[in-house]
Amino acid sequence: MIEYLQILGQEIYKIIFLLVPILVSVAMIVWLDRRVWGLVQKRRGPNVVGPFGLFQTLADALKYIFKEIIIPASANKVVFILAPIVTMTLALVAWAVIPMSENLVLADINVGILYLFAVSSLGVYGIIMGGWASNSKYPFLGAIRSAAQMVSYEVSIGIIIINVLLCVGSLNLNEIVIAQKELWYVIPLFPMFVIFFISALAETNRPPFDLPEAEAELVAGYQTEYSGMMYAMFWLGEYANILLMCAMGSILFLGGWLPIMDVYPLNVIPAPLWMILKILFLFLLFALIKAIVPRYRYDQLMRLGWKIFLPFSLIYLVLTASFLFYFDKLPKVSI
Amino acid sequence: MNFSRLLKTIFLVEFIAGLYMAIKELFRKSKTINYPFEKGPISPRMRGEHALRRYPNGEERCIACKLCEAVCPAQAITIESSERSDGSRKTTRYDIDMLKCIYCGLCQESCPVDAIVQGPNFEFATETREELYYNKEKLLQNGDRWESVLAKNIKMDKPYR
Repeated sequence: MIEYLQILGQEIYKIIFLLVPILVSVAMIVWLDRRVWGLVQKRRGPNVVGPFGLFQTLADALKYIFKEIIIPASANKVVFILAPIVTMTLALVAWAVIPMSENLVLADINVGILYLFAVSSLGVYGIIMGGWASNSKYPFLGAIRSAAQMVSYEVSIGIIIINVLLCVGSLNLNEIVIAQKELWYVIPLFPMFVIFFISALAETNRPPFDLPEAEAELVAGYQTEYSGMMYAMFWLGEYANILLMCAMGSILFLGGWLPIMDVYPLNVIPAPLWMILKILFLFLLFALIKAIVPRYRYDQLMRLGWKIFLPFSLIYLVLTASFLFYFDKLPKVSI
Repeated sequence: MNFSRLLKTIFLVEFIAGLYMAIKELFRKSKTINYPFEKGPISPRMRGEHALRRYPNGEERCIACKLCEAVCPAQAITIESSERSDGSRKTTRYDIDMLKCIYCGLCQESCPVDAIVQGPNFEFATETREELYYNKEKLLQNGDRWESVLAKNIKMDKPYR
């Protein structure tokens, strides 16, 4: 019994050690997002609370905590309350398999990338539940849009992942990183990286694909009826998802926790820092893109997903496979 | 679709140009000011918070002619007057409902003795509605507080009136 409790305690300690940095970095990343957005538009962005306004998100969170949670009379109460919880939990749960360095990973499971893919796909449920349970027009439209959008971009992300897996020969995230020791996959698979990045934008409902919450047409999409802490949880989940997508992109294409080159001044920098730098780089791209692009129309979004990205990534998949087969570079997999 | 446009679309040329622009703008100075800490310039004609002015000897300017009350399009001004012991007509009550007021500046224009004026202050937000029902006391207080600026503004604007 004591032994069991000890193990439990260790696990909880590990989970807290993982979750707290993620929540803190989500807070920082929201600040960074708003700040970059403001600076590109020649505004100042949040700059009052704390140094450079760094604590703005904490102040916002405090405000949300003390706000009243309003549940619409006609809403399905259980699902309505469950929706933000599902969104946030799924966004945080996926972080369990992300390796920050060779040993610094909560669960080094063999099917890491499958797990990641599955959990990030489940994220759409939170949004659908929220939109449906609100029993109101705008959230419902937002939820439908979001479901269609996420499903269509999930497919091309899946095929892009297969592209990478063909080169690696393993589903373990650490092995995917180690396989990029000589050459990051961003170089041979550059078109796939671009498509992955754009699909990640669509997957996380970021501009130019933020149709589910298009404020001009749908007020706030699936979040319209939410208030207080539940609204904050949706946001938290959303930003944790964005960070997750950035982490996924850096693991699949940018060599995860590997340094740029294995030479002296670079390989002294600890592995987690490299990972954080790469995530930050991808997130900066996310933030800059939010500032420069207009929103897609819905049919354009669907066309891009199904008629351009899907065939293109399939063709590239065939090309990759034939290249690897022809030059006898297929990874050796022991069954 | 012509060929060069197709190439432009495939290689995201416009998009990369936009990204370059955004990064360039990121390091430029922002155009907005840090509002509560620094403030933009205000015109001498600024129609902000109202004030009732006094003569340098401390006598109220207002002669209770009620022109402002008559001209006010929002009917925000209420004036009651009576004769003072020295025989001059003075207001006993001068109320402005700042919530009704549309800040058109007609009261200032109609005033023959420059008593009611709209000053440069625009930061008089309050937490309750009641605080925005200004009475004579409050307006005179405003006048005393802003007199130096008000006098300067009126002097600067005189040639154009």
